[in-house]
Amino acid sequence: MQFGIFSVGDVTPDPTTGRTPTERERIKAMVAIAQKAEEVGLDVFATGEHHNPPFVPSSPTTMLGYIAARTEKLVLSTSTTLITTNDPVKIAEDFAMLQHLADGRVDLMMGRGNTGPVYPWFGQDIRQGINLAIENYALLRRLWREDVVDWEGKFRTALQGFTSTPRPLDDVPPFVWHGSIRSPEIAEQAAFYGDGFFHNNIFWPADHTKQMVELYRARYAHYGHGTPEQAIVGLGGQVFMRKNSQDAVREFRPYFDNAPVYGHGPSLEDFTDQTPLTVGTPEQVIEKTLKFREYAGDYQRQLFLLDHAGLPLKTVLEQLDLLGEEVVPVLRKEFAIGRPAEVPDAPTHESLLEAAQAARATQEGVNVA
Amino acid sequence: MRLVVVSAGLSVPSSTRLLADRLSAATVGRAAAGADVDVEVVELRDLAVEIAHNFTNGFPGRKLAAALAAVTAADGLIVVTPVFSASYSGLFKSFFDVIDPDALAGKPVLIAATGGSTRHSLVLEHALRPLFSYLRAVVVPTAVYAASEDWGAEGLPERIERAAAELAALMKGLSAPSTPSAPLKDDRDEKAEKAEKSGFTVVPFADQLAALAAR
Repeated sequence: MQFGIFSVGDVTPDPTTGRTPTERERIKAMVAIAQKAEEVGLDVFATGEHHNPPFVPSSPTTMLGYIAARTEKLVLSTSTTLITTNDPVKIAEDFAMLQHLADGRVDLMMGRGNTGPVYPWFGQDIRQGINLAIENYALLRRLWREDVVDWEGKFRTALQGFTSTPRPLDDVPPFVWHGSIRSPEIAEQAAFYGDGFFHNNIFWPADHTKQMVELYRARYAHYGHGTPEQAIVGLGGQVFMRKNSQDAVREFRPYFDNAPVYGHGPSLEDFTDQTPLTVGTPEQVIEKTLKFREYAGDYQRQLFLLDHAGLPLKTVLEQLDLLGEEVVPVLRKEFAIGRPAEVPDAPTHESLLEAAQAARATQEGVNVA
Repeated sequence: MRLVVVSAGLSVPSSTRLLADRLSAATVGRAAAGADVDVEVVELRDLAVEIAHNFTNGFPGRKLAAALAAVTAADGLIVVTPVFSASYSGLFKSFFDVIDPDALAGKPVLIAATGGSTRHSLVLEHALRPLFSYLRAVVVPTAVYAASEDWGAEGLPERIERAAAELAALMKGLSAPSTPSAPLKDDRDEKAEKAEKSGFTVVPFADQLAALAAR
């Protein structure tokens, strides 16, 4: 099972000091956070993609390429890559390039984006969101899997004799997750292709997450990729930890109360009661995270949100220390208990390459026979 | 049959709730011939904070989720609001802002309102009826307005009875077991149906792709 962090990349004033970091500070902080994630033994760093203030990560592969050069093992991913408003040709090129630079330590998560104005800014229409996600992704898959592509669709200029370069590393396209919170069409899309499904449950009650994951698992099996239990599921999480639970609550409350997403709304207590947010000790985080399995089944990837709402870099790095030293080692051990042998790990470049070579060998065997 | 009564009255006791109770008793009376009617009352006053939080959080709290589920599953609705500033109350509107826009489609709804004077009675026709038309509900022809003076005047009981009879007739008609569209079900494959049981309607992916290819 993989553990990691995902960053929204918001530039938010620290409510306890009133100070807003500069964009440069925030971007460098994201890099420092990614490096720290590797240092404390996490597996994945994912960055969001946004095209409006107060967010900085508009250019994910630039950032991930830079992080790739400064890390050795970390898998670099996105949360999410906008499959609706980005040109699928550019996604194919950018992420294949990143694959080569990062020696295959790359996957990505497709998302639609729910900021209305971003669609017209990129020449699209939010009412076509699902259709854009379906058509653009179908093209992206072909660009990575076919050397020469002739293509015509509804939303993009036609392609004749187009080859996306560089070709994917070892001819193995990056593994793709599809992120969606409430669109069954996207769970269906992920299931159809046998791709991963990431439910960003951090603002949602468990029963909703359960419904979406169950739908994806049932449809994954329907399309013949394996049993429902073998489907590739990722979940979000949101934590703030201190050794003493009351210290965690006291320190995090001003950030919670002023956070861009839920600030000035629910109480910290209600929100922790109804969503995956945990504010407390590492033991409390362990306890709550282990419960995700009860409603989502044995899953493959757990990403935590740590760096948002104006939390200072120093605090985020302390959170990563706690996560890496006290939480994730226990989660790895506990999640392994009772996990059926046939439940796979999240695909990596190595595992996909191995599978591709095995498939090729079988094909050659068939040809010889 | 499930009858759900949504009351946006704020005081306890409230004349809005009083009107809601009169309407629901009359509807049960009209429907009683052979039909069991379960009545559930949703008092929006008790949900006010969770409704506000649904706007800031994006999801309903537990009590509100139960109320939304009850309204969605109802065979008929009675909705009653006090008149505030020449329209329904903000709390009343907010409840119907957080419910799924399709939840009321095809549902019989009796609209009613209370106010301090009769001068606001057309709020029912100019504010409530368009709201429920937008939500594609079937709004019964008689809407019931009760000003303070109506509680001591002639006419209100008759209007309550007429509206209740209209609602009961629609509920009986719409909640009878329906026969058409049944053959469709046999064509559907078993697993898709299983997926639907999880609460979602699934359009098979091949159909979605094909819809894009057709130009």
